[in-house]
Amino acid sequence: MRVFTAFISGSLFGIGLLFSGMTDTSKVQGWLDVFGDWDPTLAFVMGGAIVPMFLAWKYSQGRKPLFGDKFPAPPSSDINRDLIIGSALFGMGWGLAGLCPGPAVASLSFGKSQGALFVLAMIFGMWLAPNIKTLFPNNKSTI
Amino acid sequence: MQTDWIMGLTGGLVIGLAASFYLLTNGKVMGASGIIGGLVDKSGWSTARDRIVFLAGLVFAPMVCSMVLDIPAKTNATTNAIVLVLAGLMVGIGTRLANGCTSGHGVCGISRLSLRGIFSTIFYIIAGIVTVLVFRHAWNII
Repeated sequence: MRVFTAFISGSLFGIGLLFSGMTDTSKVQGWLDVFGDWDPTLAFVMGGAIVPMFLAWKYSQGRKPLFGDKFPAPPSSDINRDLIIGSALFGMGWGLAGLCPGPAVASLSFGKSQGALFVLAMIFGMWLAPNIKTLFPNNKSTI
Repeated sequence: MQTDWIMGLTGGLVIGLAASFYLLTNGKVMGASGIIGGLVDKSGWSTARDRIVFLAGLVFAPMVCSMVLDIPAKTNATTNAIVLVLAGLMVGIGTRLANGCTSGHGVCGISRLSLRGIFSTIFYIIAGIVTVLVFRHAWNII
């Protein structure tokens, strides 16, 4: 059953990304281009996605997932070095290509060789990340 | 286009429904970088089947949807291979260090008022704005 629900979720996610225009890199870069021809679409996408999810988190309190043992633990509030450096690196790559992990995968079937090249580099980066973490082990909370 | 925000809002609601469904059925945070990353670094191999099937849906549904509903499917991505590889590397390393991306920290984090999600989203949006400013308006590369 978990496999079935995972497939439904992935499919809905992909359809939402396509429909909202987030698989189009020019719209994502347009959102980040606040000093140029700014495109506000991404704010509507984020807003539209956060509302149902806010309700889902509320509903999950004191309950159990339908096909799992428990809901994720409450979020940590640890704003540490890895979060800051990682988010900054991610934002730079996001701005450069206009792609983040979800839309990059969602557009694989029509993203031609550019999409495939980005995803391959991203997977390699994900493989490198744990090694980078062990190379620089100090990760104390900064805030 | 004027209808862009309506499409954005509707698509956003569908993304939110996907994340809600994943949470309430499987009890997991729907974060693209986490679902992929857990397969790459073996940390999520115990739930490998769920992850692979999720990604299969993510790849095939947009293709089918664009054909059935006749929505133009194009990414308008740059053809500059160096930019694509550099960007991919930064997104891969960055999302794993930060433990989340636009879906995990953005959609799922902000909606539960996670401090890490909110901070991460602020950081990556600022970094993206600066990057577009420098590479588009100063250097004309993208």
